[in-house]
Amino acid sequence: MGRYWNEEIECMPREQMVKLQSERLVAQVKHVWDNVPYYRKLMEEKGVTPEDIKGIEDLHKLPFLTKADLRDAYPYGLLAKPLADCVRIQSTSGTTGKRVVAFYTQKDLDIWEDCCARAIVAAGGTNEDVCQVCYGYGLFTGGPGLNGGSHKVGCLTLPMSSGNTERQIQFMMDLGSTILCCTPSYAAYIGESLHKMGYGPDDIKLKAGIFGAEPWTEEMRHEIERLLGIKAYDIYGLTETSGPGVSFECEEQTGMHINEDHFIAEIIDPDTGEVLPEGSKGELVFTSITKEAFPLLRYRTRDICILTREKCSCGRTLVKMTKPMGRSDDMLIIKGVNVFPSQIESVLLKMSNASPNYQIVVDRVNNTDTFEIQVELTDEMFSDTIKSVEAVEKKIGEDIHSMLGIRAKIRLVEPNSIPRSEGKAQRVIDRRKLV
Amino acid sequence: MSVKQISIFMENRPGRISAVTRLLGDNGIDIRAMSLADTTDFGILRVVVNDADKCMSVLSNAGFSARATKVVAAALEDKPGGLASVMETLYENNIGVEYMYSFITREDGKAYVMLRVDDNDFTSSVLIEKGFKLLEESDLN
Repeated sequence: MGRYWNEEIECMPREQMVKLQSERLVAQVKHVWDNVPYYRKLMEEKGVTPEDIKGIEDLHKLPFLTKADLRDAYPYGLLAKPLADCVRIQSTSGTTGKRVVAFYTQKDLDIWEDCCARAIVAAGGTNEDVCQVCYGYGLFTGGPGLNGGSHKVGCLTLPMSSGNTERQIQFMMDLGSTILCCTPSYAAYIGESLHKMGYGPDDIKLKAGIFGAEPWTEEMRHEIERLLGIKAYDIYGLTETSGPGVSFECEEQTGMHINEDHFIAEIIDPDTGEVLPEGSKGELVFTSITKEAFPLLRYRTRDICILTREKCSCGRTLVKMTKPMGRSDDMLIIKGVNVFPSQIESVLLKMSNASPNYQIVVDRVNNTDTFEIQVELTDEMFSDTIKSVEAVEKKIGEDIHSMLGIRAKIRLVEPNSIPRSEGKAQRVIDRRKLV
Repeated sequence: MSVKQISIFMENRPGRISAVTRLLGDNGIDIRAMSLADTTDFGILRVVVNDADKCMSVLSNAGFSARATKVVAAALEDKPGGLASVMETLYENNIGVEYMYSFITREDGKAYVMLRVDDNDFTSSVLIEKGFKLLEESDLN
């Protein structure tokens, strides 16, 4: 097995890639126009028809899709294939409790897994490798995506899912895992646990890790590489377009190659929606040009990054994106989970008629995210006994957990104690310094 | 028979008790009794004062979370066993105490215990029956 999973595509000359993308885009727009009334209406409102789209140079004429559209169209409004043709659903948390569901045909799954296979091969994976996947399995795309990619490459796949770290390390040692796939914070945790158990990199066979689903820094990369004695590769994706594998890092570790035969990437000004020239920092927008069941056109990811086409020493011609440098909305990624302040608000509204002021404080301690929500006590939430106040804390904590799937430390604070600037409270304090 | 107690929510951070007691002092409010219940993150300061209504308005104008509740204030002899006899009376009548705190006065050599119970009227009646003197709001002025 060579350095590439699909050399023809991954190293395709630019002109040829543009031609391929154009053909696929034209066909995809027609497919969506014919099968997704929701998007057809958006196109009609903009006065665009499939005839106007002759190649990727016309992409900017198409309307955007946003997370709000996914919510409005939930669950079937953006589906482009009969349910009988779909074989899988994956899902992610959405705003105000409504989830985003994405549908896959068998072909969609094959392409998604193929994208993950490219990432594994770029990280040095072959059919000789033992690939330990400890992303969560289930509705979350992390586990199923890398699992499928690992099968394609022919790695011996260990579908561990997340958690039970001692068992992870036991299997890693007993079965000689060589590639680890999980969130970077879990990788760091496994590394620390390994050392706490009295072992080090020489006691395991790991050589590479493919880490994604949450923001991480170069410092964290070096720390993970040191703890586990591996090379750590970044991977990027989102449920709306498929899952992990939309882009992946090569051995150069200077950005992630986007699988452009399946996704067209654009960078736009998040305020005006205008397409920005190459090399500009802006919001990343993806158009899925091969997806059958859930083909999103011009989907605004809200991730801020830069695309570069400089020649990569790995030989791939696929455009590279930087790690996301921020968000153009207020979404936070905490412990790998998407969190919107509006979700916190909806939980707090249930506790009190007037929405209490609150502040989310996120930090990273020992490579693990900490998540605290400070809530200004309202009169309705207060009585004279400790236990009733603690019951309020506990109830908020449980509601947050059931909405987000992760726990937050709830801290009740005095009224008017959360600083306000120009009358508006600052909702989020993120001390993680991820960019 | 009961007196008004005011509970004030306070975060566990330096200067909070200082701020609230200074506020009450500057507004001429005399604290007759107080207790502080604390947890890791917050505390509840409970006070019985000479003018509960004024105290509430001062606190809420200053932005504190405060709540008035009624507690039973029983007088007892300031000598060994004085408190025990009150507690025995409550126990015999199956009255549970949520929390309590006490204070001593200089004038009459009495001790007072503030009792937070479910049923103030019933508690008052059994204590009076046993011969305990209870304080009323007017006793605090």
